[in-house]
Formats: sequence, C-alpha cells, structure tokens
Amino acid sequence: MTPLLELKGLVKHFSVKGDLPLRTKTVHAVDGIEFSLTSDESVGIVGESGSGKTTVVRCVMGLYKPTAGDVCLHGKSVFASGERRRLLRHIQMVFQDPGGSLNPRFTAEQIIKEPLVHLTRVSKAGRKAAVRELFQQVGMRDSDLRKLPHQFSGGQQQRIAIARALAPKPEVLILDEPTSALDLSLQAQIIALLVRLREEFDLSYVLITHDLAVVRQLCDRLLVMYLGMPAEMGPTETVLDSPKHPYSRALIGSVLVPDPTLRDPEPPLRGEIPSPTNPPAGCRFHPRCSRRLRVCQEFAPTPHRVGDTDVWCHLYNPEGEGGPEEEVSIE
Amino acid sequence: MTRVLTVDGLRVAFFTYYGVVRAVNGASFFIDRDETLGIVGESGSGKSVTAAAIMGLIDSPGAILGGRAVFEGVELFELPEAQWQSIRGHKITMCFQNPMRALNPVLTVGEQIIRVYHRHMGVSKKRAWAESVEMLREVNIPDAERVMRRYPHQLSGGMCQRVMIVMALMCSPSLLILDEPTTGLDVTVQKQLLHLLKTLRDKAGASQWMITHDLGVAANLCDRVVVMYAGRVMEEATVEVLFARAAHPYTSALLTSIPQVHRKDELTPIPGSVPESLNLPSGCPFHPRCERAMPICEEDTPEPLEYAPGHRVACHLYGRGGEETP
Repeated sequence: MTPLLELKGLVKHFSVKGDLPLRTKTVHAVDGIEFSLTSDESVGIVGESGSGKTTVVRCVMGLYKPTAGDVCLHGKSVFASGERRRLLRHIQMVFQDPGGSLNPRFTAEQIIKEPLVHLTRVSKAGRKAAVRELFQQVGMRDSDLRKLPHQFSGGQQQRIAIARALAPKPEVLILDEPTSALDLSLQAQIIALLVRLREEFDLSYVLITHDLAVVRQLCDRLLVMYLGMPAEMGPTETVLDSPKHPYSRALIGSVLVPDPTLRDPEPPLRGEIPSPTNPPAGCRFHPRCSRRLRVCQEFAPTPHRVGDTDVWCHLYNPEGEGGPEEEVSIE
Repeated sequence: MTRVLTVDGLRVAFFTYYGVVRAVNGASFFIDRDETLGIVGESGSGKSVTAAAIMGLIDSPGAILGGRAVFEGVELFELPEAQWQSIRGHKITMCFQNPMRALNPVLTVGEQIIRVYHRHMGVSKKRAWAESVEMLREVNIPDAERVMRRYPHQLSGGMCQRVMIVMALMCSPSLLILDEPTTGLDVTVQKQLLHLLKTLRDKAGASQWMITHDLGVAANLCDRVVVMYAGRVMEEATVEVLFARAAHPYTSALLTSIPQVHRKDELTPIPGSVPESLNLPSGCPFHPRCERAMPICEEDTPEPLEYAPGHRVACHLYGRGGEETP
C-alpha cells in the first residue's frame, strides 16, 4: 500500500550571506528526515527552536524545494511540474500566528471562500452554503461571517484559519504551533476542536509544536528532532513515557509539570542549541550529551530499532564498540 | 517573617478613546521576605499592569484610581518622582517580558548593566565592569567578557533573559519582579532559567514576584500563588494547596483544561473567552463562563474571603450567602 505522505531523505540547506563580502555560509536546516504517514494517522514533530521542524513542513507544503530527497503524496512527488495545485487540495496548513495569516481586508466569509474558488469545483451557488457549514463546524456563529479578522479574538481567528484549511477537504492538515499564540483557556478549546475534526473529516495531522502535552492529545507517532536531524521516532506514548535518546530524555524531562508535588530536582540540560551554520561533527547532540561516547564525536548515528521506536544514538547500537567504559564525561 | 510589599485595593484604569479600560479592580496581596509569589492569569487579567503600578510606570492615559502599596514601610503611591528613581531599579527591579525588546538595541550589554550599577551604587565604571562580568558568570553565561561587548541582537533569547536578570540583581534589590520570564523560550532553556532563579533566590535573598500564565512555571518555582482574572484576585493559596484543592471554579477549570505531558486526560475546555476590559460583565467577572454560577453572581461582586488560613477565595459559593462551607 502506498503511504499517504512520504518524506524520503529530506535535506534542506540554505545559503546565507557570510561574514565577509562575497562569502556565503550554509545553514544546515534539515539533514535527512524520513518518515511516512498512512491515512488516519497523525504525527507530531517536536524539538527546540532551530531544530528544523518548520523547514520540514515547509518542504512538505512545497514552499521550499529541498536540496536533496523528495516528498511524495500518494506515491507521486509533490515537486513534479503541475503537481502544486493537486498538492494543495490534499495538504493544507494552519499557521502559527492566526492574526497574521488572515487577510485583514477580507471578511471571514471571503477568507474561507478563497480555497473553494481556487482549489475545488464547488459551484458559485454552492459556495455560500459550504462556507456556512465550515463556519459552524469550527464552532462559529453565522452572524460573525461578515466580520473582519481584527474583530475576532485569537481563538476565533484560529478557528477561521482552520475552517479555511478544511475548505478543499484535504487529507493532511499541517499544524504549525496551533495553540502557542493563544490564551490558556482557549488552548484547550482548540485542541478539543482539532480532536473532533480529525474524526469528522478523516484527517491526518502533521503537528509541529514545542508543547509536548499537545502532542499527547493529538498524535499517534512522534518525531523528536535536533539540529536538523532525527533523534527518535516512535509511538507518542512510548516516546513520552520512556524516551530513549539522551536528547529526548532531556527535552521531555524539561517540561514543567503543573504539579508542585512533582518538582523535578534533576539539573537542566546544559548549554544551548548550536548554530546550524556550523553543526558539530558526528552526532550533532554530542557536545551537550551527558552520556556521549568516543564514537559520537566522529560518526553520525544510524537508526537503531528499540522495541517499536527508532533511536538515532550510538548507545543503542547492538554491536557497538562503545561501552560504558568509553563514556566521556563533560567538564 | 518580614513583609516586603503589601498591596491593598489597587485600582488602575486607562482612559482611552474607546472608553475606560478597567485593568485592575481592587487587587490586594502581599509578598514576604525570601519568598516567591506567583501571579497567574490569562492575558488581560491585569497582572502586568499591577506590576507596572508598583514600579511607578503607569502613565497617562492610565491612572492609579485607588488603593495603596507599602514597600518596606514606604507608601509608594505618595512618593515624589525623585525618590521613586532611587527605589526603582535599585530596591525594586523588574525583568520585563520579551527581553530581546526590553534591552536597548544600540548599547552593548555591558554598557547597559554598568549604567544601572553606576547610577544606583555610585561605584566607578571600572569596578562596575568587573562586578558585572562576575555576575554574568554567576548566571552561567559562558565567555562573560565577550558577552559584555555584544549587542542584544547578537544573543539568543535565553541569554538576553539572563542579562536582564543580571541587570535586575546588580544592586541587590529587596524585590525582583519577573514578567513572564520564560515565555517564548524553549522548554530546555525554561528549565535552566527556573533552576537559576531558584539558586539566586537562595543565595541573594531577594523576594521574587513571578508573573506568568504558565501553571507549570508557577508550580515549579512559587511558594504562594495569586490567581487573577479581569483585574481581580480570584484565589490566593500556597502552591501545594492551590494545585491540590483549588476552590475557585475558575482555578479548577483552568487546571482541568490544560493538557498534561505525562497523562492523556479528557480535556474540558472553559467555554467562551476572557472578557474585554472595556466591557466587563457585572458582578463576578467570571460568571458568564462559570459552570456553577448562581443568580447572585450576576449582581454582586464577591470579595476575597479567607476561608482557610492563607487561602483566600473570591466566590459566592463560599462565605456569606454561599451554600458551601469550608
């Protein structure tokens, strides 16, 4: 069976202006991301800022052309000529900042109508009813259809953005931090809405977030990224409950749990994510890793299967030369 | 325990073209020495405006309409501006939200830290430089000498926040106000910062006042928590009591509406949205969204009543007229 969406060895480098005139630097934004998505499955991508999550989904949306690798929808490359329109019918995106992603001069009705006009064959007469239906499905009142984006609250703006994305009846919905710009009490509303819509529209989500709690609510599988590379991928519950990669452990261990009885005395992860213009050799996480081996400084790890999880870490290499005696301590 | 700050019945409003924005409507709370108080609330709850009032930063079209604030025995709202300047940035300091924007973009980090220290402590710039470097090291900034010569845009968000904290702590204040210190930072950096704030509190002994909308931050750092909504204090309790036995319907609704990392609960979102401060509902500001609203909630605004020692709740369910007793 062909998967719905497939990312094959996705690499994206950017050329940016260097320190000296005429010099350029290469930003290694994404280096070898691979996963596939079957219909009715949702995947979450997590990592610190600068880990390349947004670049991955921008490639999937066809907004960036990857340096190497490919993205296939129903087995056909989305970068093939003439595929763009087909792609947009099947994949839609909800952006991070709901206010900024809605045209300020369009009414809610016009905003939701746009994709119907350009991507579907819904007749002119049918559009009005279709917009109305979408509007209700995201929990908005008909009387608000003629309002402009600035007249809505952040949560309502996000609902409109979701309605717009659903208009061409896509199979995949890409959600870039859908709740991070919202108020506390509204975040739960949007998450509950997304859970309901997934059932109603038979959607697959690709969710980017730094909020690991949201992932647990919405995703079946989870990809942890670090500096453009995969660190760990597996079922959401497994990864969140028993992370294997030292980075996923540190990341999940850093989440502040709203329960004072669970205050975690463990020291935080040291340092900050390095610049992707000059990523560390070997495993990109090794300078911050508390369990690094000698081999980590030289060779990038290949995925090792542990249970139902793939871990990109030398510690899990079954025939690894690295044993605990070779561990290098930090400072 | 010594009381560092007492705020009583603070009311702040902004007189705008569109009408009167009632940002803070009678907030009362206190902060003791060596403790961390968290003020938790959504946007528009008045938590940042409260801090601005205590820092003497409310300017036209805003005005403090009532209430008093006593800081180490000094009535803050009666101070002339000249005396304000010797307290602000020295005895009471503040780390503003979004450190990238709060720092001056055209001055090096070092220059900004030194100016504060030089102005309040009257030491030479040379000594100020040396002590600043020392302080930067203390907040785990690697290569402190080099960071001193950098401009804010050359530093990451986490670094800028550390620089802000150093600026705020240089003059050994009695009270450090932190406005959303972890918002917009990665979880790993958040944890580093909270770890740092805990260490600094134990070492420097300044009381901390943490303004946040993140219940995780409050649970991990604060000793006591005040929950604000629409410019009012809804509940106040120690952190343990608040997270285990929240009494106000708003607090308990908030706690069940946030998704958790370590378990997948059914989320029960709070319906509706935060009221606009231009057009606040009558009575209890939460009543239109409250599951347990009673007829009285629409008419009468409940005052915070102490229903157990150290646990105050502003809700008609408790106290006079209420059906429930503690």
